[in-house]
Amino acid sequence: MASPSPKSPGQISDKSKKYDRQLRLWGDHGQTALESANVCLINATATGTEILKSLVLPGIGSFTIVDGALVSGEDAGNNFFLDHSKIGKPRAHVATQLLKELNSDVKGDYIEETCDQLLSNNPDFFCSFSVVIATGLTEKSLHSLSSNLWHNNVPLVVSVSYGFIGSIRLQVSEHCIIESHPDNLLEDLRLDKPFPGLKEFMDSIKLSEMNHKQFSHTPYLVLLYKALEIWNERHGPNPPLNYKEKEIFKNIIKNELGYGIAKEEDSNTGDEENVAEAIKAVNTALTKTQVPSNVQKILNDDQCIQLKEKNSFWIIARAVKEFVEKEGNGVLPLRGSLPDMTSDSQRYIALQNVYREQASKDAEHVWRHVQTILKERGWAGESVIENDVKLFCKHSSELRMIRGSCLAEELDGKQLPADVDINQQLEEPDSPWLHYLLLRAVNKFHTENGSYPGYYDDNVETDISKLKGCFSRLLNDLGCQGGSLSKDDNLHEMCRYGAAELHAVAAFIGGCAAQEVIKLITKQYVPLDNTFIFNSVTTTTATLRL
Amino acid sequence: MSTTNWNGRWFHLRKVLERGGPLAHPDFQASNETLDFLLENCKVLVVGAGGLGCELLKNLALMGFRQIHVIDMDTIDVSNLNRQFLFRHSDVGKPKAKVAANFINERIPLANVTPYYAKIQDYDQDFYAGFHVVVCGLDSIIARRWINGMLISLLTYEDGELDPSSVIPLVDGGTEGFKGNVRVILPGMNACIECTLDLFPPQINFPLCTIAHTPRLPEHCIEYARLLQWPKENPFGEEIPIDGDDPNHISWIYEKALQRANEYGILGVTYRLAQGVVKHIIPAVASTNAVVAAACALEVFKLASSCAPKLDNYMVFNDTDGIYTYTYAAERNESCVACSQIPKDLVFDENVRLSEVMEHLSTTYQMKSPGVTTTDQQGRNRTLYLPNVSSIEERTRPNLKKTLKELGLKDGAQLIVADVTSPNSIEFHLKLHASMDT
Repeated sequence: MASPSPKSPGQISDKSKKYDRQLRLWGDHGQTALESANVCLINATATGTEILKSLVLPGIGSFTIVDGALVSGEDAGNNFFLDHSKIGKPRAHVATQLLKELNSDVKGDYIEETCDQLLSNNPDFFCSFSVVIATGLTEKSLHSLSSNLWHNNVPLVVSVSYGFIGSIRLQVSEHCIIESHPDNLLEDLRLDKPFPGLKEFMDSIKLSEMNHKQFSHTPYLVLLYKALEIWNERHGPNPPLNYKEKEIFKNIIKNELGYGIAKEEDSNTGDEENVAEAIKAVNTALTKTQVPSNVQKILNDDQCIQLKEKNSFWIIARAVKEFVEKEGNGVLPLRGSLPDMTSDSQRYIALQNVYREQASKDAEHVWRHVQTILKERGWAGESVIENDVKLFCKHSSELRMIRGSCLAEELDGKQLPADVDINQQLEEPDSPWLHYLLLRAVNKFHTENGSYPGYYDDNVETDISKLKGCFSRLLNDLGCQGGSLSKDDNLHEMCRYGAAELHAVAAFIGGCAAQEVIKLITKQYVPLDNTFIFNSVTTTTATLRL
Repeated sequence: MSTTNWNGRWFHLRKVLERGGPLAHPDFQASNETLDFLLENCKVLVVGAGGLGCELLKNLALMGFRQIHVIDMDTIDVSNLNRQFLFRHSDVGKPKAKVAANFINERIPLANVTPYYAKIQDYDQDFYAGFHVVVCGLDSIIARRWINGMLISLLTYEDGELDPSSVIPLVDGGTEGFKGNVRVILPGMNACIECTLDLFPPQINFPLCTIAHTPRLPEHCIEYARLLQWPKENPFGEEIPIDGDDPNHISWIYEKALQRANEYGILGVTYRLAQGVVKHIIPAVASTNAVVAAACALEVFKLASSCAPKLDNYMVFNDTDGIYTYTYAAERNESCVACSQIPKDLVFDENVRLSEVMEHLSTTYQMKSPGVTTTDQQGRNRTLYLPNVSSIEERTRPNLKKTLKELGLKDGAQLIVADVTSPNSIEFHLKLHASMDT
C-alpha cells in the first residue's frame, strides 16, 4: 500500500471521511492514483457530463472539457449540467462550472474548440491526459482522434447513447493489472506441495496425542494435510480428483483422524466444526497448485521475455517468471494468507505465520531477481521499489493483462473478428452484434447524409429505406454475404430514435464508462475488453471483442 | 418561448414517445398525450434520498416526470458526499429529502419534488395508494419488505381475481460496491421481495464463543471490544450506547481491539476496519449508484409510458471484471407469505413450545422480532408473545416455555403475527397434530 490508512481520530482527514465508502474498495493507493489523474472529455453531451460526474465525485485530480458547441434547448432538456438559463452560452464553460460544484478538491478546465480543430492545430494536445473520453463525435472525427491517441499511447473511452441503445468502446494498447480483485479467488494453501515450513508445522502436530477439545480446535487445514498423507500412502501422489475418490477421502477425515485420549467418554464426537469444515473444503483446498493460465500468458508474453522497456510491471513479471523456474519449482510466490477456520487462536496464528513467513521469503527471492535484472540492463534501481514487489507477489495469481485494438483500424477494417459468424448472429433477434452494426450503420448514414436517420420528423419513413441501404452496404464492406438479411424492425426502431439521447440511457452509460476510466487510472479491477453494448429495450448487455 | 418551456426541451423524449415503433410495447400508442401524462399527472414516489435516491430524482426529472415525491428519514453525513451529488459540505446534518428536493426544483424548471423527512412507517395506505409507481433506493432490507408489504396490502381481489387497477408497480434498486441489482415488481403478479428473500446476502455474525475465547481475525477483536468490553466498562458513561459516527467512540473500540489483537498476535486491526465492523459499513461508489438508478428510472419511464417493454423482471450488475449483467425472470414463490392468496399453515406437534414456533418464524420467514396473538372462541384477542413492549414482553415471556397444548391452542387456531418487516399482520392457521413420542 502506498500510504497507510489512518490510525486514530486525530489522523482522519476530512478527505478520508468524505471518501470512506470508496477507500474501502480501492484503498488509499487507489485514491492517490485517482487524485493524480487528469482526464479530458470531448463534448459535454448528457453522456459526457454523466461520465464526468462519476469521476468528479470520487475525486479525480482534474478534468478538461473540449467542446466547441453552444448550449441548445435540446441540451438543456437532457443534461443536468447545462442549465436552461445558459442556452446560447459555450457548452464547455457551463458544464465545467456546474461539474466543479460537485467537489472542491477537483480542478476543472475547458477549451471552447472542437476536437477536429484541436487535432489539426495542436496534435500533441491530448498526450498529457491519463485518459480521453469521447462522446458525440462523428465517425470521421472519431477516426482521427483514435489514430492520434493510439499513436500517443493515451487510453480512449468512446461512449454513445442512441435511443434505447448505448455503447462503450475502450481503446488501450496494453493494460496490466496487479490487483484485479477477483470475486472468487481460490485459496493458495499448497497442501499438495507443502513448503518446508508448512511440512515442519504439520509434522509437529500429533492428532493421536490430543484430547477431544484439542482435536476439535485444530485448524481444518491440519486435518486435510493428515488425511492427504494417508491418502497418498494408499493411492499415490495424486489428490482425490473425482466424486468417488473425494468420498473416500472424506471418510478418511471422518473416521481415521481420531485423537487418542478419552475418545469413548466423549459425547459430542462426530459433530466437530473443524471436521465439517475440512469435509467442505475437500472440493477447493486440494486443487493442484499451478500457475493459472491468465498468469502463464503474462509470463510467456514477449514483453516479459524480451523486456525491452523499463516498465515496472514487466520487470517484476520477469522476476516472478525466474522465481517460478528456479526457487518456486513451477509455482508462483506464495500469497501468504489463510481463510478463517475454527481453531484455537494460538494454532491458527501460528499456522498463519508459517504462510506469512514463506510468502515473505518468496517475495525476497523475487526482489533479488528484480535487482539482478536491473543491474544486467544497466537500469537505475529506483524504478522498482520493494513494496511494489511484495504487492505483486501477493497478487501474482490474479494478474491480468489486456491488449486492445485500435478503433480507427476497426472502422477501416474489411472484416469482423474471424471467430464471429455474423450471418448466424443476425438470425438472433437481439444479438449484440446486430446493435453494434446498427450503430455503425447510423454513423454511415450520417457520413453520407449529414444528419442521423429519423432526426427530422418529416423524414422518418424515407430514412428507414436509406438506412437499410447503409446497413447492407456496411455488411458488404465487412465481407458478409448476407444481402437477403432483413432487419426492418430494428432499422425502423433506429429511425424512431432519431439520435435521441435519453437522459436515463446516458446516465447508465455514464456510470459504466466512468468506472472503466477509474479502472484504467487505478490499475485495479479489470476493464472492459473492449466493446460494451447496452440494450434498454430488453435490459440486457453484452461485451464484444473487436 | 417561455423560460421554463423552451424550444427543444423535450426533443429527445418526444422521439420515443411520439413515434411508434415495431419494438415498442404492444399497448403503446404514440401521441403527445403520453408526455403530458408524465409531466402533469404521473405521481412517482421515490423511497430513499441517498445514493440511489439523488440519482433517481435527477433521472426522473429529466425523463419528463414532475410530480415526484421523496421520503427519507436520514440526515446528510460527510461520507455521503462521494456519491450523493445533490449534497454539499454545507448541507451536512440537514434532512436528505429536503435538500435533494430543493436542489432538483431549483435546477430543473417546473420540477415539483415534494420531500418527506419521515419514516416510511409514518404513512398509511391512503398515502401509498396515491402513486402510479413506487421506486426504492434503500439500503435496508426491512424497509424494502415493508414497502413491498404495503403495496401488496393495496391489492383488491374480486372472486379471487386480482383487480389490475389496484396494482402499483414497484421498481427496486440496490447496490454494494461494484455490484447492483434492479427489479420490477408488479405486486400480486410476479415475484415480490418476500418471494425471493434468499437473494439477499446473509449478514455475517461471528459466534460469540469465537469472539470471547478463540479470536483469529481482526474483526473478532473489534467485536470483542464492541460487544463485551464496552457494556462492561461504559467508557463514556453509564448506558451510553456506541455512536458509530463519534470518532471518540470508534477510537476507544479501536484501541481496545488493538490491545487484544496484540495479545494474540493478530495483525490487521485498523481504525477504518473498526469503524466498518461497528457500523456495518457497505462500500459504495458513485458509478454503481449511477448505473443502478439509471436502470431503475428507465423502468419507471417504460412502465409509465409503455414506449418499450419493461424489465422481466430482475437484472444483476457487476463491473469488477469488465461489465457484466444478467437478466432473468425471478419466479414467484407460490406459498409466499406476502403475496400469495393461499392460506398459510403452521404445522406443529402439540408438544412443541411457543419458543420453537417463534424460532420457526424467524428462520423460515426471516422475521426480526415477531409478536404473536391468537383469537379465542369468543373472538377475543389473546397475546401469546410480544417482544417490543417491555411490560407485555415480561408478562408473556413465560409463554415461550409452554407447549402449544399447554397454551390451550387447538387445531385450526388462528395465529396473527406482527413484525417490523411488514406493515400488516400475517394470519396463520395452526395445524396441530398429537405428539408422536407418546
